[in-house]
Amino acid sequence: MKKNYIPPKQGMFGQIFDTILVLILVYASLMVPLLFKAEAKADATAAIVAAAVNVSWESLGQNAIQQEQWIKLGYDPEKAAVLINSRFDYSIDPMMLIITILVVAGYFIFMLKVSDKEYREVIREKFDNK
Amino acid sequence: MASEKITSSSSKPIAMLKVLNPFHIWALGVGIVLVGEFMGWNFTVGKGGAYASLIACWVIGLLYTCVAMIDSEVTSTVAAAGGQYTQAKHIIGPLMAFNVGLYLVMAYTMLCAADALVVGDLMKSGAEVMGYTNLDTKPFVVLTVAFLAWLNYRGVFATLTLNLVITFLAFASLIVLFLSVDPLSQGVVLQHQALLTDLPYGWIGVVASLQFGMWYYLGIEGTCQAAEEVRSAGRSIPLGTMGGMMTLLVAATITWFVATGLMPWQYLGQAVTPMYDAATLLGSSQLQLMLFVATAFAAIASANGCINDASRAWFSLGRDRYMPVFFGAIHPKYRTPYRSVLFLVPIAISFAFTGLLDQVITFSILSGLLGYTFMTFNMIKFRKMWPLGTIHRGYIHPFHPIPAITLLTLCCATYFATFLGYGASLLSIMAFYILASIWFVLRRYKYVKRADQFTMPWPRPKGY
Repeated sequence: MKKNYIPPKQGMFGQIFDTILVLILVYASLMVPLLFKAEAKADATAAIVAAAVNVSWESLGQNAIQQEQWIKLGYDPEKAAVLINSRFDYSIDPMMLIITILVVAGYFIFMLKVSDKEYREVIREKFDNK
Repeated sequence: MASEKITSSSSKPIAMLKVLNPFHIWALGVGIVLVGEFMGWNFTVGKGGAYASLIACWVIGLLYTCVAMIDSEVTSTVAAAGGQYTQAKHIIGPLMAFNVGLYLVMAYTMLCAADALVVGDLMKSGAEVMGYTNLDTKPFVVLTVAFLAWLNYRGVFATLTLNLVITFLAFASLIVLFLSVDPLSQGVVLQHQALLTDLPYGWIGVVASLQFGMWYYLGIEGTCQAAEEVRSAGRSIPLGTMGGMMTLLVAATITWFVATGLMPWQYLGQAVTPMYDAATLLGSSQLQLMLFVATAFAAIASANGCINDASRAWFSLGRDRYMPVFFGAIHPKYRTPYRSVLFLVPIAISFAFTGLLDQVITFSILSGLLGYTFMTFNMIKFRKMWPLGTIHRGYIHPFHPIPAITLLTLCCATYFATFLGYGASLLSIMAFYILASIWFVLRRYKYVKRADQFTMPWPRPKGY
């Protein structure tokens, strides 16, 4: 029968270091996509604003009721044009899609494999080393 | 270690109080989510149009019904703080449990940050109506999070009783709004014939809208976090969770119906407080005031529930040494995970200060989505390792494995929906979880006591 694993005790410095490391990872993952997107978004907004000059409700394809609601919301055609002309681009880059699928699937496969190995240690200690 | 002294110096470890009933569970689940009916759900309209939003509401409603069914069975059986985290520890293994704990902490902390952001924006809108422009939102963000953290520090009963009251009032305001628009008479107040358009992006927009469709219900699974503090887990968790899902399905449908009958989809798709805008359009100052208060209540209830859930998940990670053991302490007087509560306060505030609502929401949604993906193979393994009849289950969900398979299919569709428009965020957040997993395997796992990870009085699992 194998002896139960006795983990080392972690000192306060190690605990603080680990906590800060996780925080850095969280902040980095939130901020990194913003760095890439901010510039592209600013360019797209500038183009939409530039195109929103001398437009009318008719040219924006708004019917009478829609016009009425826009006005109640405090929008004129030029202001509304910025919202109406902002569109998502749903064109798919096949390479990016494949990379994303591989990353998500790979993550779960890695996690299940490693977890299973660790789980067997847990069960062995729990049920064999009573 | 201070926490070890606190929890183990006396003969019996300090446990959390068992004081909650099904209504508290309902309030915890609906309280976290109901803010999604007041803001955020409408980004589905931006991604695919009004009809796409309705389809997303019902498709994602099916996803969450599967989540609630699975959760009710597993949580009523594994009744311990940490919810899905504790389930992962007993069914899949330590690395998965570590990740699930992080999903919960991230999903709820980001959601709390989004709620605080909305409270700040709402105060700014209210100040503008009264003639004050450029109100600084930051003090309101700090005040909201700090006050709710103090409540959570003092005790779970008062915290969730407050949620029960303000959640009920916020839900009631949606019903009043619905009745006030004369819902059976088209063309009088509501203008669906004139405002509803075809799908602006076609069916790809419908798929894309599934991403923010999660915002209609995100957090309902938080009911599991209170499993250790309910008087009867087998009764309270299924009743509170399924009752909460029914409430949310009704609230989501009402919300969609009223908002799309009042606002052009292009406006609705980017509005920060759409239900408040809906009340403004009706021209009634009483309704406007009611929706102002209700939106604030919904955001506060959600932030309150999020602090409750995120702190319990972080506490569980600390208690099991997946994170520094310092966080695994319970307050000797209030019996709350006070260090975890305090630790998460500056994080929520700093994310709220960024002002990046859609980015914060996306982090929260993706963390939730990863957690739902875990639930599918967790459920399949749970039934395989302990078949029916081998252990006592508080509740057995019907039609297994159909809910698990349906959930996995819908999760895959939602990953694809996130890829459409938020692909960089998806990869970045995956990178975070991959790096955190590697760090856990290489550094943290050595501090984990192996046998302590299995605490349920169950027989040896089949196949192990």
